[in-house]
Amino acid sequence: MSTWALDQIQQQLPDALSQRYHDRTGAEWAVVRREAILAVAQAIKEQLGFKLFISMDGVDRQQLPENTPRFEVVYFFFNIERNEHLRLKVLVPEDDCTCPTIRTVYQGANWAERLVWDFYGVHFTGHGDLRRMFLYEEFKGHPLRKDYALRDRQPLIPERPIKDIFRGPGTNGSTA
Amino acid sequence: MAQDDYDPTPDNDELEAHLQTKNMVINLGPSHPAMHGTVRMRVELDGEILAKVDTEIGFLHRGFQKSCENVTWTQVLPYTDRLNYVSSLMNNFGYLNAVEKLIGIEIPERAKYIRVIASELHRIHDHVTATGALGLELGAFAAFLYGIEARELITDRVTELTGARLTTNYGRIGGCNRDLPPGWIEKTIKTLDRCSELIEEVGALLTRNRIFTDRCRGTGVISTEDALDHGFTGPCLRANGINYDIRKAKPYWVYDRMKFEVPLGKNGDNLDRYLLRVEEMRQSISIIRQALEQIPDGPVIIDDWRIVLPPKQEVYSTIEGVMAHFKLIMEGIQVPVGEVYDSTEAANGELGWYLRSDGSGRPYKVHVRAPGFHILSGVGKMVEGRMLADLIPTFDTINMIGGEVEQ
Repeated sequence: MSTWALDQIQQQLPDALSQRYHDRTGAEWAVVRREAILAVAQAIKEQLGFKLFISMDGVDRQQLPENTPRFEVVYFFFNIERNEHLRLKVLVPEDDCTCPTIRTVYQGANWAERLVWDFYGVHFTGHGDLRRMFLYEEFKGHPLRKDYALRDRQPLIPERPIKDIFRGPGTNGSTA
Repeated sequence: MAQDDYDPTPDNDELEAHLQTKNMVINLGPSHPAMHGTVRMRVELDGEILAKVDTEIGFLHRGFQKSCENVTWTQVLPYTDRLNYVSSLMNNFGYLNAVEKLIGIEIPERAKYIRVIASELHRIHDHVTATGALGLELGAFAAFLYGIEARELITDRVTELTGARLTTNYGRIGGCNRDLPPGWIEKTIKTLDRCSELIEEVGALLTRNRIFTDRCRGTGVISTEDALDHGFTGPCLRANGINYDIRKAKPYWVYDRMKFEVPLGKNGDNLDRYLLRVEEMRQSISIIRQALEQIPDGPVIIDDWRIVLPPKQEVYSTIEGVMAHFKLIMEGIQVPVGEVYDSTEAANGELGWYLRSDGSGRPYKVHVRAPGFHILSGVGKMVEGRMLADLIPTFDTINMIGGEVEQ
């Protein structure tokens, strides 16, 4: 599927890719070595025509069989002339949870990297404005990590217990 | 880009009183009628010129991904309604399409047609709302009312099909959960006739309206390069003349059998985005008419009890039915281990899904690539250095929907 682009990357930057594989649907992925992602981003944008930034996100692999390094950052790009998507991944270990920013190449990565930082705590070095995207600055932890409990709540304003809330007339309305 | 005839700075600098000024910071939103609910814009103003726009979102964040990771694959579906709540069917189908691709199943022909018809209905629904709201916020209230009439008619058809006005929760993995109701096709054709009239009416009220066009032409311009860089898709990218529509680029369901044009703009300004939406509605109406003519008879969902709930008759009378029902409800669909990125063309652009399964009954990861998120990230680029009043139509034509942007 995206074999052409990956061949080109491998030709131009022989050390950049550490692994290539096909997923269940036949689309090809590449794992990019962490320090090479900026060079790869530059190459695909300027030389291979992947001008459209599609998306970025993280994955916490803690509960998967292969869980080291713990985090993955996934990247998607699109080439309009060739009509193909490019799927890339970077592996990020837990003890050194950083990844080089590609914001300098794709402006769309600005918010996307803030989102990954917010949800997974992957620090993008060189980003310059790495605030949380959705949550507030006082929030502790990163909610999409698998060890963050589903019902963990951190309200900014203390929440009233459910029974204090008047629910109107009817059987639920009693203050008991 | 049209040039402004009126230049507020006097020619003769000597006559200018040089006062010491500093930029004023104001907050637009998060609760402001033009901010569509939940976006806060911290705007730095130099007179009436926007010096800096800092967009802050997250007030509507509901933990979409975290919720999805803790329910079965089928139970994710109601959450997807709440992403883009103006065109929820397209979110439903986009998600289902990605899951079906991950499992590796093909849905029946009739289900594909139903999905095309319902998607295009909601595309009109979304565009007519965006267009009407744009008119409303620029002072053309009548256009909004005509738009709302068309939108109500479509909502009625959607209600008959799905049972709900907005939170449709329609479609299941493997097809659609119910067939078209009797008489629905004829009603829909009549609805389209009326919608067509109403859309032309809205177009007639706005397109040649001097006040409206003056405020839209040449405002909210973004260069093609910036648009691509920020990840603009859908009408906002096509307004720059880039021909990227997934329905044509990678046809899914039965879009390759439909005859339709992808309208393109030229200038990438608000007027182009508005005109493009009006033209897309006409194309959608034509697609629905073709699909309603071509729709074949047959099942609307696959017959595989590992994925689809068995018919109630079987559940109540056979042990196989009971077992299949029990396992699907209690354990969920066993999606094989793997990952997929798949996208469909939603009303605002590429709606992408990156799904990951670890072989349990629940998604390990659900990433949604919401088109509005990336478009909103570029809104500062579109208005900085322009007048404060340009922010309002720009914010309307990008059609940001809080639900999908803030997940």
